[in-house]
Amino acid sequence: MRYERQDDLGTPEVTSETRITLAIDGREISVPAGTSVMRAAALSGGAIPKLCASDNLAAFGSCRICLVEIDGMRGTPASCTTPVAENMVVRTQTARLERLRKGVMELYISDHPLDCLTCSANNDCELQDTAAQVGLRDVRYGYAGTSHLGLPTDSSNPYFDFDPSKCIACSRCVRACDEVQGTFALTMDGRGFASKISAGQALDDFFTSDCVSCGACVQACPTATLQEKAVTAIGKPERSVVTTCAYCGVGCTFRAEMRGEQLVRMVPWKDGKANRGHSCVKGRFAWGYANHQDRILNPMVRDRIDEPWREVSWAEAIAFAASRLATIKATHGAAALGGITSSRCTNEETYLVQKLVRAGFGSNNVDTCARVCHSPTGYGLKTTFGTSAGTQDFDSVMHADVILIIGANPTDAHPVFASRMKRRLRQGAKLIVIDPRRIDLVKSPHVEAAYHLPLQPGTNVAVLTAMAHVIVTEGLADEAFVRERCDLDEYRDWAAFVADPRHAPETLEPVTRVPAVELRAAARLYATGGNAAIYYGLGVTEHSQGSSTVMAIANLAMATGNIGRPGVGVNPLRGQNNVQGACDMGSFPHELPGYRHVSDDATRALFEADWGVSIDPEPGLRIPNMLDAAISGSFRALYIQGEDILQSDPNTRHVAAGLAAMECVIVQDLFLNETASYAHVFLPGSTFLEKNGTFTNAERRIQPVRKVMEPASGHEDWQITQLLAQAMGLDWNYIHPRQIMDEIARLTPSFSGVSFERLDACGSLQWPVNEAFPDGAPVMHVGQFAGGRGRFVVTDYVPTDEKTGPRFPLLLTTGRILSHYNVGAQTRRTGNVAWHPEDRLEMHPVDAENRGLKDGDWARLASRTGETTLRVTVTDRVAPGVVYTTFHHPSTQANVVTTEFSDWATNCPEYKVTAVQVTPSNGPTDWQQDYEAQSRRSRRIVPAETAE
Amino acid sequence: MDVQRLRQMADQIARNLAVRGPDAAAAAMAEHIAQFWDPRMRAAIIADRREALSPIAASAIDLLAARTAPGQALGPE
Repeated sequence: MRYERQDDLGTPEVTSETRITLAIDGREISVPAGTSVMRAAALSGGAIPKLCASDNLAAFGSCRICLVEIDGMRGTPASCTTPVAENMVVRTQTARLERLRKGVMELYISDHPLDCLTCSANNDCELQDTAAQVGLRDVRYGYAGTSHLGLPTDSSNPYFDFDPSKCIACSRCVRACDEVQGTFALTMDGRGFASKISAGQALDDFFTSDCVSCGACVQACPTATLQEKAVTAIGKPERSVVTTCAYCGVGCTFRAEMRGEQLVRMVPWKDGKANRGHSCVKGRFAWGYANHQDRILNPMVRDRIDEPWREVSWAEAIAFAASRLATIKATHGAAALGGITSSRCTNEETYLVQKLVRAGFGSNNVDTCARVCHSPTGYGLKTTFGTSAGTQDFDSVMHADVILIIGANPTDAHPVFASRMKRRLRQGAKLIVIDPRRIDLVKSPHVEAAYHLPLQPGTNVAVLTAMAHVIVTEGLADEAFVRERCDLDEYRDWAAFVADPRHAPETLEPVTRVPAVELRAAARLYATGGNAAIYYGLGVTEHSQGSSTVMAIANLAMATGNIGRPGVGVNPLRGQNNVQGACDMGSFPHELPGYRHVSDDATRALFEADWGVSIDPEPGLRIPNMLDAAISGSFRALYIQGEDILQSDPNTRHVAAGLAAMECVIVQDLFLNETASYAHVFLPGSTFLEKNGTFTNAERRIQPVRKVMEPASGHEDWQITQLLAQAMGLDWNYIHPRQIMDEIARLTPSFSGVSFERLDACGSLQWPVNEAFPDGAPVMHVGQFAGGRGRFVVTDYVPTDEKTGPRFPLLLTTGRILSHYNVGAQTRRTGNVAWHPEDRLEMHPVDAENRGLKDGDWARLASRTGETTLRVTVTDRVAPGVVYTTFHHPSTQANVVTTEFSDWATNCPEYKVTAVQVTPSNGPTDWQQDYEAQSRRSRRIVPAETAE
Repeated sequence: MDVQRLRQMADQIARNLAVRGPDAAAAAMAEHIAQFWDPRMRAAIIADRREALSPIAASAIDLLAARTAPGQALGPE
């Protein structure tokens, strides 16, 4: 699509059942009551000139460009702040208005550098366009007066510059930061001619201010005052392609704006239903990894992992891999082979990997990274509600009266949705946060939690059972809902269980460390505060009772009737972009696509008929089981697409031992990741910019991923899997991912109405999309649960086996930071390292002082599993006795420390609870030094003698 | 397979299902393992000493063993 600026109707859409009819320049139009004259004019086809207005911001009325004449009204009101009225007669183009607008423009331009030809926004500048619209030909005031032209540019942000000499003080950036992002980092400093945009305090620049680099201000700026450095360097885009972000589970849609084959910028697409035109620092700016020099573009093989890599042709690499797999299968049987699908890859790619494992390898040994994040969500929600997915769309939060966040940190991990949430909280919704850390949402500008329950890590089930105790014993349950929608006998069993005095908040307070008074108040608010919605993350799932906690959450929602309508529900915030999709596509070893157990004869027969093979009716190995089986010798080959289990999975030494024990490890990735140190075959993958397909976000929204440039390695990831399948004798001949989706739709009831054609027409679809829900289902379980009746499950609190003691007295919990994503393979290769160049250990001041540690000191972090060193950040964000770190940097290897304790039902690792000790340190541990040396050795590459 | 690890997993499942009572917990646990454990893991735990397991886990593995006896369905019911 040829590059054009996205449409902007000037003021936000208004929802009203009342329609107002008016005439604008003789054109009659009918719009919802409350709509501005500016928006009505734009809708009628006659856009009014404007500078300070934008349809994602509340009307401001400062630029005085959008003046109109209205019959019966005195003067020339601003059309942006004037609502329509019945039978109103508006004129937008008169001699008086032209004179006024031209006069205003003269004032703007008299204090604006006239460097249009060399300006980065030339021919893509609203100020330039507006000057043309009003017919500005000269400036009577001249340019010699006092001006802002000499002000220095602030280039501190890695991605954009702030040039105040071009600022017209329209406040769009300030309002975008306030209204869209909700950070309130910018302000209009000074008054009158001294007015200037300021980030943070007087001594701050953009980088040191509270700015989170979401890009909303840059997008809002009508001039080149806030401009992407990439636009300055490359130039104005020539074309744009709408595609879906490959970072978190929010699934923002962007316009990839291109100049030739070069990506100039990613701009959030205003029609995107997940992000509604907003973005975060990762999706908006952190795409430089796509062209990073570390990318591997040639296939490589080696016989042993202590040898250097040998660059080879695609044909040789695929033949090498297929031959090894075939030999292992012939010698040790199909059960010795397996694969790991990626939540960073498309639905189609994920589907093909599990198909290759089941139909080609002949086992069900396929798993996905959801094993280590949201597998308990799959188990818990399927058990209680009947399907493994969140219940709401993101828009639902705007109808919530009470928002309960447990074990999630949306402002860091799901920032675009967090901005929606903050908007709703500013409108008056109440917030309950259950988290050991004081996450930003507990208190940030214009947002403050009604209750923060800083529980002891590992006691989620105890806290939720105590809340259920309050709800049941105080008569706050919605028994009418339960009778109508749920299994009543199971409810009675559950209610009797939670009502037991041993589950009272007061009884459990010594365990949970949550003051009973606070917990009771939070439970009452959740049950009685109107529409109550629960949002949760990995702080729920990555525990030894992850599945129990998910079911305890579902119990609470059912007991209070908070299911089946907008504003309520149970919402897992998925970590990676396609966690939901990877799970939907049959990535678990016990389930075929659509969450159907492999032992189900009818389902297997369906796939067997379509694929022309027989499928093993037995469940396969999960990732941790694969590693155990490798060490014991019964599992010998692993195909890993787009995952780095050595860095992301717990107990790094054990993962390394498992990988080292295998005879054939095939890694398909963009970079020589940590896992590749143990690989025999490296297949260079493609970025999301280089492929077609679909991602499914946390709200079950299936969205197109569109190729904006050719794959640098020559193949899209699905094509590489197909090459491997063909080499193993499978008759696959997909020409385009749309054919793969057609196959998915043919075999998966919840996807039966999905096709690329429908996605192109609709933009996105939320599954189920089938005969019952032809246009998808934004909210699930309306009227009836997917599984029939809602099922209450008694969830007893069982303490983790991981105990603190004299040797390891602190509890470590791990998580993410805004600027990085998962193992950091992508974000560490972007400007985002400026914010977070290393993993740090957060520690309470009391704990730090007891150990003689100061902020910035190096510390040794040790557990029963291993030890590492990293620097300390002293902060009361964590409670005494709790420490916290991230796992974005391989040099830290936080997972050297985490244990193999895992969720009882799914083996999801217990990342959130590790008993540790922290002591002062002088430098890296022996493990880190050995790892660094081994890592360097394993990355040696012998270039190909002749190019393919 | 590392049988010690399998014992830990089995006992952990038993502890989490114990609230249902010994018989129901054992039955649920047997069903769970049939649904989610790969055959080599099931075979290893069935072959292991029951005394190494908690009572509920031992009962569950007995039930599992009975289901996988000759003539019985191997997979989940």
